[in-house]
Amino acid sequence: MAAAPDAWKPRNRTLRWIEDRLPVFGFLREHTVEYYAPKNFNFMYFFGSLALLLLVNQIVTGIFLAMNFNPTSAGAFASIEYIMRDVEWGWLIRYMHVTGASLFFVVIYLHMFRALMYGSYKQPRELLWVIGMLIYLALMAEAFMGYVLPWGQMSFWGAKVIISLFGAVPVIGNQLVEWIMGDFLPSGATLNRFFALHVIALPLVLLLLVVLHLGALHTSGSNNPDGIEIKQHKGADGKPLDGIPFHPYYTVKDLVGVGFFLLLAAFIIFYQPTFFGLFLEHDNYVPANSLVTPAAIHPVWYFTPFYAMLRSVPSKGMGVLTLLSAIVVLFFLPWIDRGKVKSMRYRGASYKIALAIFALTFIWLGKIGIGESTWIGDTYIARVLTAVYFGYFVFLWAYTYFGWERTKPVPERVTMHE
Amino acid sequence: MPHPGENHDEVDHGRRRFLTVTTAVVGGAGVVIAALPFIKSWEPSARALAAGAPVTIDISKIESGQMVRFAWRKLPIFVVNRTKEQLADLPGLDPRLRDPECKETSQQPSYCQNTWRSIKPEWLVMIGICTHLGCVPDYYGQIKPEPFDPHWKGGFFCPCHKSRYDVAGRVFDGVPAPLNMVIPPYHYIDDVHVRIGVNPKGAA
Repeated sequence: MAAAPDAWKPRNRTLRWIEDRLPVFGFLREHTVEYYAPKNFNFMYFFGSLALLLLVNQIVTGIFLAMNFNPTSAGAFASIEYIMRDVEWGWLIRYMHVTGASLFFVVIYLHMFRALMYGSYKQPRELLWVIGMLIYLALMAEAFMGYVLPWGQMSFWGAKVIISLFGAVPVIGNQLVEWIMGDFLPSGATLNRFFALHVIALPLVLLLLVVLHLGALHTSGSNNPDGIEIKQHKGADGKPLDGIPFHPYYTVKDLVGVGFFLLLAAFIIFYQPTFFGLFLEHDNYVPANSLVTPAAIHPVWYFTPFYAMLRSVPSKGMGVLTLLSAIVVLFFLPWIDRGKVKSMRYRGASYKIALAIFALTFIWLGKIGIGESTWIGDTYIARVLTAVYFGYFVFLWAYTYFGWERTKPVPERVTMHE
Repeated sequence: MPHPGENHDEVDHGRRRFLTVTTAVVGGAGVVIAALPFIKSWEPSARALAAGAPVTIDISKIESGQMVRFAWRKLPIFVVNRTKEQLADLPGLDPRLRDPECKETSQQPSYCQNTWRSIKPEWLVMIGICTHLGCVPDYYGQIKPEPFDPHWKGGFFCPCHKSRYDVAGRVFDGVPAPLNMVIPPYHYIDDVHVRIGVNPKGAA
């Protein structure tokens, strides 16, 4: 970070004066113009920058929502209606926040799937993956607490159900639940502390983790669809031959992605803001009532795969453990997968099939988790799918540990399709 | 594909500049437009506007020389039933005032641009907010020497930064406040009821 004496300096005298005292411009240059990214990025590489865009969107719209939101059990629901009806453009700001939250998970899931496709979690990027998983965890907590704030029926019962998961902790479970709620049921105390965590604590954690994520990324360098290290082939100038400066090449390319993404987001915000009851649920337009549970109680779509696993296990303790393991196991992916070849382009056919089954299983679990169906068969299907979900990791370990994988030769240099 | 930067001679700088500038302009316009809803969201909400609707006040109980405060849009409305003595002293204060003839039209409706700054001479209806930094001045109605002015003819004194106004809300020269206090739009429904927030019929 510290610029060497012969390092680049801004030409402008004022900027130079600042640079000599605080090398911000050199730092920015090092991470944009002088950061070399592989030149073969494809569609799947849009989602990192889109996640960053969404983080900014959530922070900006969130700040403006907080200006009119009332974090009390008596006033929260009415203040949301106030934002929707009385505040100038309040409806737009809220729909941007709500749609942004769901799209954040769309983008993050695709971002994570990209890592599975091209082995971006593998050595030397294990820590990058672990930090990314921490971001995912923080994001889930952030989204959950944000979901509680409008204090509708789904907010209340979502809070009740999710907090009750902690009741599965042996011995101290019940005290823990009361401690988190600050009452015997989710109440004004719960709402107020969730508001503080949602608008101050977790955003700070998220920002810090994002900085660490980018720091780790820029240390090892970006992976690419071929899963090869571009740093192994450098030119006479010390720059990777298969790399191009992040700025202007990828900033401009990402802007195109941003343009298409915003078009899609605007379409949802203006024409289908509830997204057929998926992004904003009908039951949440009924004020919280601690005496009546809504007929269909389920979390928002991005939690439903894990929720389906929870429901399918016929034991409270084991169900919570299953849900927890489903997330924790992802942290260990870099050590479960022993394969040396990163990209699925050159991995064994079984890997590709397993990954496809894994992805479909996750989506199917999500569908069951959200389903209003009370069909008994769903429970059995969810059990099978839960087994398949964990089976993926067992298979991956065995497949790579015992050397069953038949990989294809990995090219020396990145491949371009032009 | 050639490595970027290897084919310098093929770069069309004019085209590149055109694309860069147009992208920046269109993108910049988009950012400005996207910022508008956020800026607009700070404007008084529909609820605040509804709460800011005109109010009707009853002035029948206000005695001569007395001031009573009312609220309109949460602003303090001073209503003073001015005495003959207070009114008689108003023209004589002109040399000591900043804007004795009320030429600053933003500070009162045209139908109150007169010596006593009101529709009926004895009744002052005024937003009691100092034009310096927005404090609420105190009413010193009696015509007697005050510590802050030995020649006091009755009026308003702002304790925060010592601005002085006469009993028509006209600001004295040599105080921090720049303007006369604001007269809101108002009209008489009948002799004892005043509607604040609405001009008289036919007045602008």
